[in-house]
Formats: sequence, structure tokens, C-alpha cells
Amino acid sequence: MANIVQFENVGLRYGTGPETLSDVSFTLAAGAFYFLTGASGAGKTSLLKLLYLARRPTRGVIRLFGEDAVTLPRKRLPGFRRRIGVVFQDFRLVPHLSAYDNIALPLRIAGMPESEIEAPVREMLAWVGLTERGRAKPPTLSGGEQQRIAIARAVIGRPEILVADEPTGNVDPAMAERLLHLFESLNRLGTTIVVATHDFHLINRVGHAQMMRLDNGRISDPTGLLRHPPRRVEE
Amino acid sequence: MALGPSAPARRLLDDNRRTLVMVWIMAIMIFLTVLAAGLGLGTVHAATSLDNELAGRLTVQVVEADTAARDAATAAILDRLEGFPGVKRVEQVPPERLNALLKPWLGEAGLDADLPMPTMIDVDLSDASDAMVARISAIARQASDHAVVDRHATWLSPVRDFLTTLMLLALALIILMLIATGAVVLLAARTGLDTHRDTIEVLHMLGSTDIQVARLFQRRIALETLIGGVIGTLAALALCWFLQMRLALLGSGAISGMVLEPRDWLILAAIPFLFALLAMLAARLSVQRALGRTL
Repeated sequence: MANIVQFENVGLRYGTGPETLSDVSFTLAAGAFYFLTGASGAGKTSLLKLLYLARRPTRGVIRLFGEDAVTLPRKRLPGFRRRIGVVFQDFRLVPHLSAYDNIALPLRIAGMPESEIEAPVREMLAWVGLTERGRAKPPTLSGGEQQRIAIARAVIGRPEILVADEPTGNVDPAMAERLLHLFESLNRLGTTIVVATHDFHLINRVGHAQMMRLDNGRISDPTGLLRHPPRRVEE
Repeated sequence: MALGPSAPARRLLDDNRRTLVMVWIMAIMIFLTVLAAGLGLGTVHAATSLDNELAGRLTVQVVEADTAARDAATAAILDRLEGFPGVKRVEQVPPERLNALLKPWLGEAGLDADLPMPTMIDVDLSDASDAMVARISAIARQASDHAVVDRHATWLSPVRDFLTTLMLLALALIILMLIATGAVVLLAARTGLDTHRDTIEVLHMLGSTDIQVARLFQRRIALETLIGGVIGTLAALALCWFLQMRLALLGSGAISGMVLEPRDWLILAAIPFLFALLAMLAARLSVQRALGRTL
């Protein structure tokens, strides 16, 4: 499989503070499934931010879809971001828009006519089991429902990479399993999945997934190689 | 691009309270602008009317104590100026009118036939150049050494200067209002960016371009300016119409020239649209500039 993402000696520092990420190097293959794990504060969210182009690294090289993402001109960022679906840890739903409108947002941004938006949005609502909640606004939804809306929004544009930051953090085990199946089905369609999670049960559920672990801002495997299949991890 | 004028796109920026404030601010600013523009246009007409009225008008006075000599000189001047090239009209002011003018100061007793009164001749010129006035003066002097030529434009030059000052004041007010509107729009756009920072960040992460985000703001601000502008303009036009009615009742030559013509009403009615356009451009530039500083 071709590499869709390549990090080489990437470092990230916020302001004048210490490096949050140091010498991070790895590659992600197109169509693969990855878990990113590590203790709180290890730098998982920072690494994901680099991946979905919310930040630029302070050093190192990032290649995304075969292009240098570090020196990518700002005006080209939107085109790249449309190829990446993101499930934020805090969902980041637009609170005054309905669940339907939140899910439809990427399609509207991409310029899809209104007449062509309804069918895929309805399909997504059904996919995440919220067909009846389309008109509800995020503040009236439970944490789990908001998370599912966030996932539906992330995948509706059929991204090439899906990045999810703790996507099962607010749902019960049954829903977590269901969401994982959603990710797997998307992965089968060719989307590269990167899920940051503490949930080892979840990691062990996906047999073909690979795992990388961050410790204090560094990939803990000194070889930089990702394990495949993931080692069973005890909670 | 589908973050266009659709209802969902309009809902992306949800701040009804700010909208209302912005509408009223714009209504007040455009009300003042339309009033200033109305004053300016009215003053331009008054000045033009004054210019047309005074530019070619002068009065020849024959200040001669000897009645026979005065009448002879007056007749000679009238005779020379009738049909003189460049003279449109020449007419002696009737003695009754002179008496009426003097009566408030001299009373009945002062209108004695023995009292030496100057004769006055009104002259309208088609050519109001200095050379023409000099020729008229020469003709009058030939008829009488005591003939004096007064140009009406000279008498009323302070009024004309005042009208010019009013025009400049109106222009300055309009420019000031345009600048103030631009500043309000910039402030509104920046406040909007702060208020909607989270939404904008999400839009960016979903692949929205700066222009798409800027359009959300420019459309909203243009709409608020237009709604406020229409309210302010209607109020200002009503006030202009009322003032015009009141001025007409005064019957004063210079002031009653301050009338707005149909074309002027159209110009004033176009002001809110001009401001909406200005607001749209200012919002677009401001938002794009602010977003350009983010990733």
C-alpha cells in the first residue's frame, strides 16, 4: 500500500514552552487502520492536529498525499482539509445548527447543491442511528448523540483519511462497538483511519489495525515501525 | 459555493441581538448622511439659483439733485441700453416702488415731491462679464457724472459665501459619515469574528476557504446596513420633505431656492444601497485580512 502520510523528525512546540512532540517519525499507508495511544498529555491530540492541518510543526517534515504539508501555501489548505475527516475530542458541533445541518456542513462547504445534500445526510443520520434526531440542536443531544453526529459530519464527505480523537469517550460500550463497526466499514471502503484512544478493549477489537504509542511526545517504539497486528494489550 | 445565501448558511452566524443593534446604528448614521446630502443638494440648488439670478443683474442709480438733469440722464441711459448687445432687459424702477421701499424709513412726510430721489434702472445682462459691466458703467457715466452702477452679485456675495460654506460642510459630513460607517463595519466584522471564532475554526477544519467565511459576514453586514439604511433614509426623506415645505412658506429668495428636484430624491434614495455596498466591501476585506493571520 502507498504511504498517504509521512512524518520525519517532526517537533512541535507551543510558544516558547517545551516541545510537545519530539522527533516523531512514522508513515501511514493508504487504506490502513491505526490506533494512536498513550497517556494523557503524551501528545496524541497535538499529533492529530498536525495530521489534520490545524497546526504546522516547528521542525521536521510532514508529507501528506505526496506533498510537503509544512510549506503548503495557506490557500491550498482547504483543498487538503476536505480530504481529511476529523472527529474532535470535544465534537465541535455548531450549537445553533440542527444535527442535520451540522452533518451537511462539509457538503455545503464543498459546494454541493442543496438538492443533492438531503439523501447523503439522511443516509448518515440512519448510519449513526439518529434518523429521528435530525432537527435537534446539539445542546439538546446527549454526549453520545453529539459524538455520533460529529462522526457523521466527519465521514459524509468520504474523506481519504479519518482522524478521530477519543471518539468513544462519551458513549457506552455497546455504542463504542457500534461506532467501531462504522469506522471499519468506512475503512473497508478505502479510508485510512487514525483513532486516538485510551480504550484498550477497543484496540483489541480490530484485528487488522496497527498501533502506535506516544510517550512524552515521542513515538515509544525506537525503531519507528508500527506493529501489525496490534499486540494484545492488558487494561 | 453552497455556503451561499441559503437558509442554513445564513444560520451559521447566529447573533440576532447584535443584528438589531447594528441595524439601528446604521439607521441613525444613514439618517444623518441623507440629511447632510439633502442639505448639500439643496444648497447647491440655492447657490445655482442665486448665481443665475444675480450674475447678470445690476442697477444703475442716477444720484442727481436736479430733477430735470436726473430725468434727462435717466432717459439717455434707458435709450442707450435698449437694444444694446448683451442687454436682455432694461427697465426703470417705478417711483411708486421706490416710495414703497422708502416709506418704512421716512414715513408719509418723507415722500415729499421736493425731496431729491435718485432714479434707479434695473438691467439684466446676457453677458455678465466684467468687460460688459464696464461698458454699461461707461454708458451711464456718459449720461451723468453722478450715475453709479451696482452689481447685485457684489451685494449678495456674503450670502453666496455662506452657501458655499454650507455645501462644504455637507460634503465634509458625508465623508465623515462614510468613514464612520466603515469604522463601524470593521468593528462589527472583528466583533463577529471573535464571537464566532469557534464556528469559523470548525469551518476552516472542514475545508472552508477564507472567501467562503468572509461571504457569510459580508452578506450579513450588507443586509443589516441595507435594512438600517432604508429605515434611516425614509425618516430623513420625510424630514427633508417637511423642511422643504416650511422653506417654501418663508418666501425668501435665496432660501426658497433650496429645493430638491426629482433627481435629488433619487440620489438620496440611493444612499443606503451605496452604504450597503461599502459595508460589504469593508467587511469582506476586514474578515479576509483577519483570517489571513490564522492557519
